[in-house]
Amino acid sequence: MAEKVLMKGNEALAEAAIRAGCRHYFGYPITPQTEITAYMARRLPKCGGTFLQAESEIGAINMVYGAAAAGRRAMTSSSSPGISLKSEGLSYLAGADLPALVVNVQRGGPGLGGIQPSQSDYFQATRAPGHGDFHMIVLAPASVQEMAELTTKGFHLADKYRMTCMILADGTVGQMMEPVELPVHTDEEPDRPWAVTGTRMNRPHHIINSLYLSPEKLEEMNFARYARYDTIREKEPLWEEFHMEDAEICLVAFGIAARVAKAAIQQARSEGIRAGLIRPITLWPFPEKALMRAAEQCLAFLSVELNMGQMIDDIRLATDCRRTVSLLRHAGGVIPTPAEVLERIRQIAGGAQT
Amino acid sequence: MIVFERPNALTDRDTHYCPGCTHGIIHRLVAEVIDELEIEGQTVGVAPVGCAVMAYDYFACDMVEAAHGRAPAVATGIKRANPDNVVFTYQGDGDLASIGTAETVHAAARGENITVIFVNNAIYGMTGGQMAPTSLPGQITETSPYGRSPAVCGYPLRICEMLATLDGPEYLARVSVHSVRAVRRAKKAVRRAFENQLTGRGFSLVEFLSSCPTNWGMTPQEALTWVESTMIPYYPLGVYKDRSVREAEEE
Repeated sequence: MAEKVLMKGNEALAEAAIRAGCRHYFGYPITPQTEITAYMARRLPKCGGTFLQAESEIGAINMVYGAAAAGRRAMTSSSSPGISLKSEGLSYLAGADLPALVVNVQRGGPGLGGIQPSQSDYFQATRAPGHGDFHMIVLAPASVQEMAELTTKGFHLADKYRMTCMILADGTVGQMMEPVELPVHTDEEPDRPWAVTGTRMNRPHHIINSLYLSPEKLEEMNFARYARYDTIREKEPLWEEFHMEDAEICLVAFGIAARVAKAAIQQARSEGIRAGLIRPITLWPFPEKALMRAAEQCLAFLSVELNMGQMIDDIRLATDCRRTVSLLRHAGGVIPTPAEVLERIRQIAGGAQT
Repeated sequence: MIVFERPNALTDRDTHYCPGCTHGIIHRLVAEVIDELEIEGQTVGVAPVGCAVMAYDYFACDMVEAAHGRAPAVATGIKRANPDNVVFTYQGDGDLASIGTAETVHAAARGENITVIFVNNAIYGMTGGQMAPTSLPGQITETSPYGRSPAVCGYPLRICEMLATLDGPEYLARVSVHSVRAVRRAKKAVRRAFENQLTGRGFSLVEFLSSCPTNWGMTPQEALTWVESTMIPYYPLGVYKDRSVREAEEE
């Protein structure tokens, strides 16, 4: 096993991106993700890469669009208000079927909101990252280790399906320090026969584009994209199960909220309450099958979210509303304590037993 | 003997431009320069949103379609990814001087080693004749039906003059294509703007004063006359910045 180093989540993510072969980073400072930008500014020029601080988040995502069109592994990172600015670019990346990695280290909103950890961009990431019909693959790290590992995976998936992969982190996993085993360097250079690198006068010109004025052609492009999404829904859902083997109460939480939930579940178990956790790692595609299986076994669900209740919709959809799904929510950077989650588990257990 | 034919750097697609529009001449000048410099195989063009949105079908080199105004940022990404490519943007006034002002100014300020072809026809053509950031005071458009009032909507942007205040750009020139003589001069400017990129000298922009007979409500000939009589006095032709000349003078 490789040596572990103590790193901030944001820095582990940045280092993992470089080790995944990303040499083109375009960003703009915003709390609480700025460590990624600063890390890239330090490291990329030393390893033959390009770091550029753009004039805006809009500029940065369009530089990613250009570098991705040119066939390079490219990324940008930001936090909630900045991701809203990137919406336009995310839509164009989808329309042009370009691979890219985009990181959102979420803070509270709406508006300028705050700078404390949040998960309030769940809807934005999984439902409507921009205008038009499209999805991104959305990965939700719950530890510094996963900040690194899911970055590696994110680049791989982006290339595999020619689409944007978003790391949907939160201010906690971005800012906290933990021991991390960094991924090995890869020189994986996927074949990108569609890239614009110059015709060299030996092939027809390539066009990277999302404009289709013929309704039939535009519809065809959308159907083709959604056929790929069907494959992703089938093959790529990722989740972790914790004490689910005999669980009667199923907590669902991702990111830092899942770690609080785990602590509460351990205490509940010591009191004889059979609680378990499903932690979605891919938020899109949502691990629907795991939730459906849990609905057959568990009597009640509890969604623990650092927002006003967003993922709960996906839980209800995945379980076909067959069980009661309650919600423990906090917003604006407030994080529940294990004791608060435990109290809710006790209440549900009391209700379930009566 | 063939004395006039389509440049290799243009495809054989018929363009969608209106009769009398000078986009066709400007496309041709860019393509002729690409041919003469023998760079088609290494060139990547970036198309805008606006009348030239489908330029990707007309230029024979690799092409990328950018979001409205973002072409300089997209070109930056392409050029930084593959510095061996020759990268140019082709943008109208709404794209470059209104929604994309930030991208334009900062690409220029960085001295980004790209070539920008800026087509200023003082109106939004593709959407049917609305006021542009470069529409002249008093100019009647769909969204300035009583004439552009500086008291209400301010004054037009003179992009070459604005960018000339920056240290970053290498070459800034305003040209026109309203006469044969003007076309010849314009081509020299386009050639300089591409040569500068090949020699690594940095950000070069050529602003074309271009006609829009359809949305100006004029015949093609009237439109060319209007360029000469009305646009050029507000947007004087000339070279606004040329770092190589200044360096030569200093030596």
